[in-house]
This record gives sequence, structure tokens and C-alpha cells, in this order.
Amino acid sequence: MSHVVSPIREHLVTGGKSYSDVTHDICKQVEGEPTKEWKIAFAISCVIFAYGAYCLFYTWWQGIGVWGLNKTVGWAWDITNFVWWVGIGHAGTLISAVLLLFRQKWRTSINRSAEAMTIFAVLCAASFILAHMGRPWLAHWALPLPNAFGSLWVNFNSPLVWDVFAISTYLSVSLLFWYMGLVPDLATIRDRATTKGRKFWYGLFSLGWTGSAKTWARYEYMSLILAGISTPLVLSVHTIVSMDFATSVIPGWHTTIFPPYFVAGAIFSGFAMVQTLLLITRVVFKLEDYITIEHIEMMNIVVTVTGSVVGIAYLTEFFIAWYSGVEYESYAFINRATGPYWWAYWMMMTCNVISPQLFWFKSIRTNLMVSFFLSIVVNVGMWFERFVIIVTSLHRDYLPSSWAMFSPTMYDIGDYIFSFGLFFTLFFLFAKFLPVVNMAEVKSVMKGVSSNFPKKVAKKSKSEE
Amino acid sequence: MAGHSHFSPANVEEHFEFTSEGKRRVIIAFIVGLVATIIGIYLLSKGESGGHEIAAAGHEAAGAGHEAAQAHVSGGAVSHQAGAEEHYDWTNRIWANVWLNAVFFTGIAVVGMFFVSLQYLTKSGWSSVMKRVPEAFPKFLFVSIPILALVFFFKGDVIFHWMHHGVTEVGNANYDKIIAGKSGYLNKNFFLIRLLGFGAIWIILWNMLRKKSLEEDLIGGTDLFTQKVKIGTAFIVVFGASSSIFAWDWVMSIDTHWFSTMFGWYMFASWHVTTYAVIVLAILYLKDKGLMAYVNENHLHDLGKFMFAFSIFWSYVWFEQFLLIYYANLPEESIYFLERWEGHDKIYKASEVLMVLLNFLLPFLVLMTRDAKRTRIFLKIAAFLIIAGHYIDFYQMIMPGVLGKHGGYGLVEFGMVTVFASAFIYMISAELTKASLVAKNHPFLPEALHHDI
Repeated sequence: MSHVVSPIREHLVTGGKSYSDVTHDICKQVEGEPTKEWKIAFAISCVIFAYGAYCLFYTWWQGIGVWGLNKTVGWAWDITNFVWWVGIGHAGTLISAVLLLFRQKWRTSINRSAEAMTIFAVLCAASFILAHMGRPWLAHWALPLPNAFGSLWVNFNSPLVWDVFAISTYLSVSLLFWYMGLVPDLATIRDRATTKGRKFWYGLFSLGWTGSAKTWARYEYMSLILAGISTPLVLSVHTIVSMDFATSVIPGWHTTIFPPYFVAGAIFSGFAMVQTLLLITRVVFKLEDYITIEHIEMMNIVVTVTGSVVGIAYLTEFFIAWYSGVEYESYAFINRATGPYWWAYWMMMTCNVISPQLFWFKSIRTNLMVSFFLSIVVNVGMWFERFVIIVTSLHRDYLPSSWAMFSPTMYDIGDYIFSFGLFFTLFFLFAKFLPVVNMAEVKSVMKGVSSNFPKKVAKKSKSEE
Repeated sequence: MAGHSHFSPANVEEHFEFTSEGKRRVIIAFIVGLVATIIGIYLLSKGESGGHEIAAAGHEAAGAGHEAAQAHVSGGAVSHQAGAEEHYDWTNRIWANVWLNAVFFTGIAVVGMFFVSLQYLTKSGWSSVMKRVPEAFPKFLFVSIPILALVFFFKGDVIFHWMHHGVTEVGNANYDKIIAGKSGYLNKNFFLIRLLGFGAIWIILWNMLRKKSLEEDLIGGTDLFTQKVKIGTAFIVVFGASSSIFAWDWVMSIDTHWFSTMFGWYMFASWHVTTYAVIVLAILYLKDKGLMAYVNENHLHDLGKFMFAFSIFWSYVWFEQFLLIYYANLPEESIYFLERWEGHDKIYKASEVLMVLLNFLLPFLVLMTRDAKRTRIFLKIAAFLIIAGHYIDFYQMIMPGVLGKHGGYGLVEFGMVTVFASAFIYMISAELTKASLVAKNHPFLPEALHHDI
């Protein structure tokens, strides 16, 4: 890639950092003692995790009858939470794969934590699949394994089975991508290690990385190939998730726009979650020179665009429900907006479509507090979107005598809390023990995008070319 | 690095000359198309098929199988065919073709603007070197939008079932409750307002952007760039809504009963990838003339990637729409595909297969490797396949609803597409001559000139 960069572009690394500054700034928190803030935050997430684990254990012990489901609304928070977490898990791969293919240099400072977040979010989603099963020890029945029951196979016509393939593929590729990207940085930590334990563990996981030109060439090929593989995965996962609903004949679920609209919504909520996490990380780890206002602004723009795409999809659905002239379809949508769950619908509309429009103002999208607040608002809205789609479509059955409402029990809530505990525990472990910014890739783009890039270094690398 | 050698600063200002020789060729093509259309029309008026018409074969083969298929199709909850059958007149095929081409080429023209706007919005550097080519495309809107409006105004009832006499009138023999329910949206005035309103906004925004772009060549500076980012953003917001609305209006409402929420994005996907193919062909033509030497294989590679990626995107959208309708199997939805597959004496079946082949499988295989995306001949092959494939895609969207079993590929189809294509080429070439082929003061030009992947 050429290093010629137009002067009108914003700097992506500020503060006149040299290559060794990058190494030092990022390795600092891995090598140092855990800070007090980290200890407190980690302890809190462990407590949440423990409480959630109790609720999940109770759910498994007693069966899913402890949830608030009834015979009309037979699917509610369980699947809402699942879709929500899978959606959040979209940003990492989008950033690492799609933005790599589009040669967006700003991805280098945020891809590591975004990918980590993706993996943890997908694990949280998976926990709801297991919670769903009621009998998690039979989870392997979801796989098409040869079995002792004659010709009893999984139902290949079911989108739920497609989900098993789509999500497990996504998890494997994301994990691989994330880990491969970590290898050069792990080797850096290994080479700087002062204790035996650190040298051993980081050495083990850096797979004997030497940093030779050949290894780097392979690293780049590997990144491009994995990016090529993961790009269709970004689309396929939420496409398949949307089909859990869209292949059915429930009014409000069966609509052809679902696949791309779910994908847009997933990217939307994923970016919001990355924003939430990075706004904290950059302050706690003092990474303001790497995760700059420019990065935050870019992410806010992505949030605005995807939020608007989702908005167009909402309006399209509403319009076509009327246009179709199908009574059930029109009713489902009017009921969403004005029925007993109107508050959920307007919560979704406000948080997802209206609030991101504030980012049209540059002063708002570069304001850290507002960005942080809105990033949370977006994810609240996206949770409500799934709730609206799922519960309001189900709660008015075809038979008015079966009409019902859904109210969550403490185990619905507790299992949701479990996923937060899991997510934050894993994220804090990641933030302490692994470099949160990809040092190697930031260094690779610094020439050209760094402000006050030290002249000596620039000169040296020029003569090397 | 290797990239540096491709660029020689001496070429920075460069003009395309639309020579009298070039003009003559385009005009000859136009006349050939026109003559073919007229002969086709003459044959149609005599009741001849006008060339190799699949319909003819279909009629002969019409046996028990066809009868069964017909019964099956009209046995659904609703039948759109009745409309097309009752009102059929041989001249309908002319208007159907004008409509088809006007919609198809409007798409290519407007996506030129969409592409340029997107480059500004995303601050893309690499494309600044070739953006003058798509920037010229929207000129054709000056022709195609009026054609759409005129055809709609005078011959709308040929194209649209919902404009047939009496369909919204209670008590009329043609009364159709479902269509009457849509008349708040589907009515002549509102349709025209949307068509002319959004059409005008497209043209105005393009004019603004184009003016600033030409001004930049003289003045330079980043102020004009910032202004263009704003115009581009405004256009994308407008286009986000209007592209879906036009997909419903111009195409989906032909099959008036049928509906699909995906349709707006599906039609956009088709327009979008076609435009990439046209951009590639235009650039390769200019390069063959010895112009645009600074657009090297790296830029072509990127355009090739876009053709590849958006061919897959189109396939994704098309297949998703099909799969969900097929899976749920609701009669009011599945009739759309049934009609194209086994309805109308099966005359649309071959096109349906061909379309998927041309739009997905072949571009996928041809453009798979890195080398193919950097080699002109492969890019040309893929671009032609994509353009042909998406013409058929639009044919499949429009013809079954308008012509029913009277459709076919004949001289009229061949002639009309030639007429439109040569008019498009003429206008775009004339527009290209008005400015340097490279936007020499574009702030990202240095990046594009050093583009190396």
C-alpha cells in the first residue's frame, strides 16, 4: 500500500509518537500491576457473573418453565437476548474484514478490541441457545452427527439448524482472525518479558514468531484471505438469524427485507457497543493518542448510516404492510405502533432511528459524553427492536381468545444478567492480559497518518524503501 | 514502490475528443436500432413474431402441460394475468420496451451520481482519478426522466394494471378490492408528482455537484471539496428513499397485487452492479484510445472487486427474496415466481435461468482471481455479461406483468435497447468532452496517482 496521504485527512495517531512509544504505551497495562480501577471493575463483573450463573443453573435445574413464557408468547426474552448478542457480535468482523478490504486505516486502532468483543458477544449468544434447550447435555443433538436412533437426523430444512452452522463458522473464523492478529503482538510482549512466567506463556502463544520479512508477508496474505472468508460471514450470520423468523408465516415476521435489514441492524448495534467499550478503554488506559476523536467520529458516522438504513427498513415494512392489503399484515404493524406494546415500539423508533440523527451535527459526534450516552441508547433500542419483532408479533394470536401479554420472571432477567457478567468478565480479562490495540498494525500505517511523526524515523524508513 | 512509475505528471490535464468519426458510429448504431425497431413493429402489426420469438415456440408446444401450469398459476389467491390478457393489443409490446429501457438506463445514469457521492461521503482517495467518468452519466437523466413521465402519462394503462379503467370503482365490472385499497398511493397524480419531484431533485443535485467539480479544475482548494461532500451526502439521503420508492412505483406496481419488502433494495442492487460494469467499459474504451494512462491496473483491480462483490450482493438479495417467498409459500407472494417459472406458456423460464447464470455464476467465476481483475479482457467480458444479465433481470421484472404470454425477444427488443444504448453513449461522450478527464485539483488525486495494491 502506498504511503502517500492527502494532507486534508485527519491524523489517526496523535502526539508525535515513535514506534517505540507505541510499544511502550500499549504494553504498559499488560506488563504492569493491575490498577485499582481494573480490580474493582473486575470484581463487580465477577459478582454479576456469579449471580447470573446461579439463575442459569436454576433454569437448567428446574427447566425453562421458570421463564415467563405462555402458550401464546412461546418465545420472548430468550431469543431476544440471543439475537441482540449475535447482532453486537457483528462489528468486530466488519471492522477487521470489511474495513481491511476497503483499506480503512483507522481500523488498526480499534480492530483488536472490536474482535475480542465480537467473540465474547457470540459466546453470550451461544449461552442463550444452551439455555433454550432446557436439556443442555443434549446440545450435540443440534449437530448432524451419526447417532444411535436409526435415521434420526437434524431437520435440514429448519433455519435453526442453519443457525448452528452459521454461528459456529462465524465464531471459528472470528477467533482465528483475532488470534492470528495477536501473534506478532504476543511476540513483542514475549521479547520484552522480564519474568519467566510471562516469557513462557506469551512465548507459547506467539507460536515462535520471528518477525522476518517472510513471516510478515505470510501474515499479510493470511489477513487478506481471512478477510475474504469473513466478509460473506458478516452477511450470512444475521441473514440466517433473520430467517428464524422470516421463513415462518407469522405476520410481522414473514417479510423479505429481513435478511439485509437484520445485517444493517447488527452492524449498527455492534458499532455502538465498540463505541461504548472504547470510550472507557481509551480513558482508563490513556490511549487518547491512538483512539482519537477522528476514530470516534468515524464510528458515529457508521452508526448514523446504519441507523438510517434500519429506519428505511422500518418504514418500508410499515408501508408494504399497508400496501399489501393483507389484513393480518396491516394489523400486525398497527398493533405494534398503537397496541398494548406501543411503548416498546416507540422506544425502538426513538433510540434507533431518531437519536442517531443527532450525529448529523459535528459538535455532537465529536462530543465524548454524548457519544457515550447515545452508544448505550442505540443498544437499548436494538434490544427493543428484537423484543418488538418477537413479542408483539406473537402476543396477538389468530384466535382472539388466545391473546396474551408477556411478563418476565426473575429468571428471564437473571439469565440476561448472566450474559452481561460473562461478557464483562471476559472483556476485563482481555483488557488486562492482552494488548488492546494492535501495535503491529498501528505501526504499519503510522507513516502518513501520524501527527508530528518523528522526522528521523520517517527519513530512515524512506531510505529503506 | 512500483506504483510510482505509472504516473507521469505531464498527462494531468487531458481531454476526450468526441470526433466526428466517433459520432458517426454512434449515430449509425442509433439508426440501425431504430430501423430494427420499426421492422419489428411492422412485423408485430402483421401478427408476425418479429424475429426469434420464444413465444411462438411456446404456443406450438402448448399441450396438456401448459394447460395445467396455467390452471395452477391462476388457481392462486390472486391472478394478475387476467389484466394483461384482457387488454392486450400488439402495440403494448412497444411501450413495454420503452418503459423497460427507460427504467434500466435511468438506473445507470443515476447510480453514476450515487457512486460519485459515495466517494465524497466516504472520502475515498483511489477513485478520484476516474470519477469524471461516472460523473458524466447523470446527463442521461435529462432524456430518460421525461421519457418515463411521457410514457406513464399517455400509455400508463398499458404498463400498469392499476391504471386500467374502473379497477377502483365500486360496482364496475373491473372493480378490484385490493387495487382499490392501494389507490391512495397508486394514482396517476401522486405517481407523477413522485416521478417528476425526485427526478428533478436528482438532476438539480447533480448539476450542483458537476458545477462545483468543474469549478475545482479552475480554482482548486478544499472549500469546494467540502461543499461537494455536503451535496453528495444530501444526494445519498434523497436517493436512499427515492430508489426504493421508484422500485415500487416503476416496477413492483406492474404486478399490482404482489408485494415484497425487499424489492426496493433488490432493484437498487441490480442498477448498482450494472453501473459498475458500464463504468469499467467506459474507462477501458478511453484507455484503448490511449487516454487515462494514469488509471492503471490497481484502479481497475478495485473496480473489478466492486463488480465481483456487487454481483454477489445482487445474487444474495435476489436469492433471499426468492427463498423466503418459496419457503413460506403464501399464494399471494409465490405467484410472482410461479408466473415467471411456469406461467405464460413458460416463455420466461429460460430467461430466469439465464439471468442467474449471467448475474451470479459467470461474474463469480470470471472475476474470481486477482489477475482477472487486473486484466482488461477479463474485465470486459465480465462487464458485458453483467450488463446483459441485468437487462434480462429488468426484462424479467417488467415483461411478465405487462405482456403476459405475448412477450418475447424479437427485433423490437433488440432495436430498442440499441437505440437507448447509443443515445446514452452519445450523451455521455458529449458530456465527457466538457471537462478534463482527470479532476486535476481533487485533494485526493495524489493518493490516487500513487495507488498501489
